[in-house]
Amino acid sequence: MATTATAAPPRRRRGHRSHYPLWFYLPAGVVYGVLFIAPTIASFYFAFTRWNLSGTEFIGFENFALFFSEPYLFQGLVNTFVYGVLTSGLKVVLGLLLAVFLTSQIIARGYLRSVVFFPTLVSTVGVGITFTVLMDPGDGLVNQALALFGVDGPGWLTDPSLALISVALVDVWKGVGLATLIYIAGVVAIPQEYFEAARVDGATSAQRLRHITLPLMRPATATVIVLSLIGGLRSFDLIWAMTQGGPGFTSDVVASVIFKQYQAGFWGLSSAGNVVLFLIVAAFMVPLYWKLNRKEVDR
Amino acid sequence: MRRRRTAGVLSGTIAIIVSAVVFLVPFAFIVLTASKTRGEAALREFTLPTEWAIWENFLAVIRERDYMLLGAFVNSTILTVASVAVMVVLAAMVGYVMQRRPNRLTPWLNALVLAGLIIPPAVVPTIWVLQGLGLFRTLHGLVLIEVAYGLSFCVLLFRAFVATIPRELDEAAVIDGAGPVRLFFQVVFPLLRSVIVTAVIVQSVAVFNDFQNPLYFLPGDDHATVQLTLYNFRSQYTTEWNLLFMDILLITIPPLVMYAFFNRQIVAGLTSGAIKG
Repeated sequence: MATTATAAPPRRRRGHRSHYPLWFYLPAGVVYGVLFIAPTIASFYFAFTRWNLSGTEFIGFENFALFFSEPYLFQGLVNTFVYGVLTSGLKVVLGLLLAVFLTSQIIARGYLRSVVFFPTLVSTVGVGITFTVLMDPGDGLVNQALALFGVDGPGWLTDPSLALISVALVDVWKGVGLATLIYIAGVVAIPQEYFEAARVDGATSAQRLRHITLPLMRPATATVIVLSLIGGLRSFDLIWAMTQGGPGFTSDVVASVIFKQYQAGFWGLSSAGNVVLFLIVAAFMVPLYWKLNRKEVDR
Repeated sequence: MRRRRTAGVLSGTIAIIVSAVVFLVPFAFIVLTASKTRGEAALREFTLPTEWAIWENFLAVIRERDYMLLGAFVNSTILTVASVAVMVVLAAMVGYVMQRRPNRLTPWLNALVLAGLIIPPAVVPTIWVLQGLGLFRTLHGLVLIEVAYGLSFCVLLFRAFVATIPRELDEAAVIDGAGPVRLFFQVVFPLLRSVIVTAVIVQSVAVFNDFQNPLYFLPGDDHATVQLTLYNFRSQYTTEWNLLFMDILLITIPPLVMYAFFNRQIVAGLTSGAIKG
């Protein structure tokens, strides 16, 4: 269709007559450009400034140096990695297991699928507040239940070494439904003939899972990893609703640091946090995207 | 065959019990605490209320702070309806032209669309832009923010779906004398109905549940959205757990209703692209 040899003039004329006018891009482009692209580009400038009520002053890499030297900022950096990898890993494993289970011959399949999926749609703040109460070290339901079995439950959200992991577990509780759903779509799309052929050849159900389901789940796994990493690395709502980064700053992530520095009036530092978060997300996404695309070609 | 069926019944039964403990108990806890009197709710125990006060709590939470919650529901409704409507129309226009008229710039546009899905929005510079435009702390400012952040997902949905509509249809409409605007809005747009429903539902739930963006771009009590009331109630009424959980319960109902009516579209929207990757 494209005639690259007869370059500009004919294409322009055809553009005028096109039934697919380019100005259709305009309204979306203006909103997107002004409210998303422009601030993103501006953040790369502001990240290098000391920016507060009195104005901006260029200070080079000082904000970034702070991120690596101040423990309360660096902790957020580390926690973002831990949180992102932990939630997305658990969602892959649990989502896959649940999906295999929920596509097998069991009773009440529809009910179970709905129950697992529904938390995805519920307000994150609501879930956060509810679990903060349930995970209370003294009179929380979780520890009361554990006490019934003679287990002395830990201070889920008050123990500095555990707070981040507890929030991550609640994140998995809330988000595993989406992973399961994506995997179910993948499992259902596998032609039944594969399983029948394997059965004829005498494969056990474990072998069928290992050699048919798992290899064919690669695209679904890619989707789950990408979605949960994007969500996990940027995660703010749940952490803010449950611990506000505490106790101390042990469960801070970059997204909550950005908010805290913004509230404290350190806008330059907050913008630097945005750039750092951008770089972290890119550091995960670019290799992942590249690797997944290459796999696609190989096959 | 019989053995497999009993195995299915057995594992299904176990799964029902486990799912009830893991997934239903937290919701039951919300409902039970929301129905207790103030003193009993303060104990935060998982028990049936000795005295059901669900209606009283409902009225109390609505009257709280001069009917703030009602105002918040109005704000959230306006925000959700307006931003999703604008988002869907704009994204459909983009997805349609992108699919129908590929050129040298299309790969760059694709990259821009993906950037919107991946890049975390830069908060303070966005506030700076909004202030410059006089849109900071206004509801329509937040509407535009939600539109900007939701466009990418919708564009991808629409572009994929437009590819399934035959071009012959466009040509027929053009021969019948339709201009570009008419061609899109009267011929193509109505054919997008199923994917529009998907986009509307998925994005409505996302915008309604959004907490971070109202917190940043619409702070304060004047235009609080429902998610923010939860946050405000919590910091100011730490002793009234019954009212706090009644608020959570009320906020959970709209997505629940959405799911009950549209679960097929929600599932379709969220799993689109899962198989192809």
